[in-house]
Amino acid sequence: MSDDEKRIGVFICHCGSNIAGFVDVPAVTEYVKTLPDVVFATRNLYTCADDGLTSIRESIKEHKLNRVVVAACTPRTHAPLFQGVCQEAGLNKYLFTFVNIRDQCSWVHMKEKEKATEKAKDLLRMGVARARLLQPQEEARVGVTSAAVVIGGGVAGMSAALSIADQGFPVRLVEKESELGGFVRQLSSIYQDRKDAGSVLKSIIDRVKGNPNIELFLNSEVTAAEGFVGNYDIVIDTKGKERKDKVGVIVLATGTKEYIPKGLYGYGQSPNIVTLTEFEGLVKARKLPKMSSIAFIQCVGARGQDKTYCSRICCNVSLKNAMNLAENYKNVLGLEEAGAATEAATPMEAPAEGGERRRGRRGRRGGAEGSEEETTLAGPKLEIVIFNRDIMAYGIEHELTYNKAREKRVRLVRYTPKNLPQVSVEDGKLVIDYYHETLQMQRKMSPDMIVLATPLTAQADAKDISMMLKVPVGQDGFFLEAHVKLRPVDFATDGIYVCGTCKGPADITEAVSQGIAAASRACIPLARGYVQPEALSAYVDSDVCSGCGTCIEVCPFSAIRKNEQGKAEVTIAACKGCGNCGATCPENAIFMNCYSDEQLLAEAKAALQEVKG
Amino acid sequence: MSDFEPKIIVFLCNWCSYAGADLAGVSRYQYPTNIRAVRVMCSTRISAHIVLELFKEGADGVMVSGCHIGDCHYINGNLFTERRVKLAEELLKLTGVEPGRLRLEWVSAAEGERYSQVITSFVKQVKDLGPTPVLKDPKLATRLEAAVEAAKSFRSKTLTSKEVKLTGKGNVYEEVLDPKKYDLIIERAIEDEYQKSLILTLSNHEARSVKELAKEMGQPTDQILDHVVALRAKNMLALDHIEGTTPKYKAMVGGA
Repeated sequence: MSDDEKRIGVFICHCGSNIAGFVDVPAVTEYVKTLPDVVFATRNLYTCADDGLTSIRESIKEHKLNRVVVAACTPRTHAPLFQGVCQEAGLNKYLFTFVNIRDQCSWVHMKEKEKATEKAKDLLRMGVARARLLQPQEEARVGVTSAAVVIGGGVAGMSAALSIADQGFPVRLVEKESELGGFVRQLSSIYQDRKDAGSVLKSIIDRVKGNPNIELFLNSEVTAAEGFVGNYDIVIDTKGKERKDKVGVIVLATGTKEYIPKGLYGYGQSPNIVTLTEFEGLVKARKLPKMSSIAFIQCVGARGQDKTYCSRICCNVSLKNAMNLAENYKNVLGLEEAGAATEAATPMEAPAEGGERRRGRRGRRGGAEGSEEETTLAGPKLEIVIFNRDIMAYGIEHELTYNKAREKRVRLVRYTPKNLPQVSVEDGKLVIDYYHETLQMQRKMSPDMIVLATPLTAQADAKDISMMLKVPVGQDGFFLEAHVKLRPVDFATDGIYVCGTCKGPADITEAVSQGIAAASRACIPLARGYVQPEALSAYVDSDVCSGCGTCIEVCPFSAIRKNEQGKAEVTIAACKGCGNCGATCPENAIFMNCYSDEQLLAEAKAALQEVKG
Repeated sequence: MSDFEPKIIVFLCNWCSYAGADLAGVSRYQYPTNIRAVRVMCSTRISAHIVLELFKEGADGVMVSGCHIGDCHYINGNLFTERRVKLAEELLKLTGVEPGRLRLEWVSAAEGERYSQVITSFVKQVKDLGPTPVLKDPKLATRLEAAVEAAKSFRSKTLTSKEVKLTGKGNVYEEVLDPKKYDLIIERAIEDEYQKSLILTLSNHEARSVKELAKEMGQPTDQILDHVVALRAKNMLALDHIEGTTPKYKAMVGGA
């Protein structure tokens, strides 16, 4: 093939006016025809539309094209489509090149049509230079061990395990603790309907335990994993007892832990200053002290205070707890154990009448001199204040909860990061000194309890798991998916998937969806029975290789080993084609199949041609 | 000078920076047209010699852009990128080409706006430096050729590639090397390799004496003599002829 005459076909997309509005596409097309080895060049209104794809398919046959270049949007979204068309027309998909003249040209040079057109010509010259050096690649087929391991027995992990098992594949579910359930075990209720968290959890756990395809490993950890998609050798350690196992795919659902706000808002100075999760625990155990006022402080240690991100769920959790207290407080506080259902409902009904509500507003205005008085107008004799930077009650139901909470006289007091509420403990009494943004004045309140809403954070062992499985974690320690939108539960490494709170704060609904999503992705190789990794891999020229082993040290995926001859050898299925070994090899014996020095230099040098004249 | 439009090659990693560049487009953040992007899977792919080769070919500027440290989709590829770009930069300094023509940036997939800012600022920086002097100065081109060879040498490649391990996890005896000390080791090794490569490049077409080489390279004669002896021992340089009493050396094509 390499000796054959090169016949390059170029297809330039107008993308409606997205490209053609800012780049002179006819001029670029004419220019491309003058480039070496280009035997055919055309332009389409939309290359990705049916007629555009047909034109590629037919031109490959008609002009005997053996290289195809498409200049359009971005390979990140559209390369697979065009590669598929090439393949249909009998052209190896690795003989295709994408040139980005929209996202990285027409859209970013909207006021400079002439220069943008020059740039588009350069980019095409580069693409054609690259296309000339492309070689067809064979994708190796590798068999798959028909089994999965799910690491983490929380809601996400159990959902994933159930879904994989229901599709007929054996699953090992590995949980570090002695019980299933994960983070949710600590919670009293779930939002929005405030159902008992325990019973929700129990229904999932029962299904897991009753599923014959799921093998459960409690008090266990996966301590080693070697291999690649379809073929992982793992070790499951149960209290020192090791079991060696083979699986085809790995699902990570290692969960989260709550941020402990050491040194923030008097945490640790009083048993009545607790985190949101500790509060849930007190509610669950019915151990809340009697109280007449309670304050929630949102974003503790989040959004720049220590952790950078917003933990998403805490606003909804605080609102849920506030509503629970407002509507149900005697029951929640264990004041009236018997007949609580009837007792609790009546006195705390929201004032439905307009008159009542108006009175409430007047009352609030009137109570400006002391916040303590403000709540006496509310149904329950319990003052509830949520100090917040802004309430993130995202989603359909949550906004309603937010509105209801306001009707129930849950006070939402804003603070700014520059003016944080100050908490002090004076003789066991809690005091919050805060600046009221609306009233523009300093205020004080003495709640009986302060609940600090802290973010969910990455597990301490996330880094170790990241090292073991060779999957990345982001700056905040959460696992990092391959693409936030297009591949949200995949890792860049094939065969390993991620779901639940180990990839960022999520609520139960999201954890379940992600668990099922990860399971559906993980079942693809299992159901197909083989994997066909992209042929981006490194290739070692064993005549040149001196066996120094430097490449083995740098390979992030342990995809290179020394063979019997003492030379480096690449395990094609494990190689992801990053090129670290290619740039490393001191003997220049490693060649990257699709990104060789020669190809990269040809592409880059083509950009400079005009400069040299 | 105001109408000087530099040509700048930008290497973008597939996962972060290329996505960031796409996002700049989707968000319509405008930036100068002077850049020509080349996509690679990971920024770690870009060896120092590729960067130097482009300068030799007349690039006004080169930028390498990858994921932020800790966010690499190949675990730690960008740690190696950092070292490789530094190697290119140090060699660039030795040749006399302004190191400001080379830049390393971390741009994530979410940083479309930052990408446009980074490009705008780098284009301005290169514009201020003016057109590359390489095309008009054959001596500079020769030095860059030597720099390319030095970057490809066994020593610079192993040293740059082993740094992450030796200053992180440590060597086989679990001794962790001080990064500052390691920098010094690399710096000296690179200078050594560069001088040797330059001797070979200079004596490639024309036989040269040690004195001529020392003068051309602006280095002390005894140092050049040391290199010449080492290169001869490796069969990379050979005595060509003797002029009067002065031996003249020529590079062995195909080397050791």
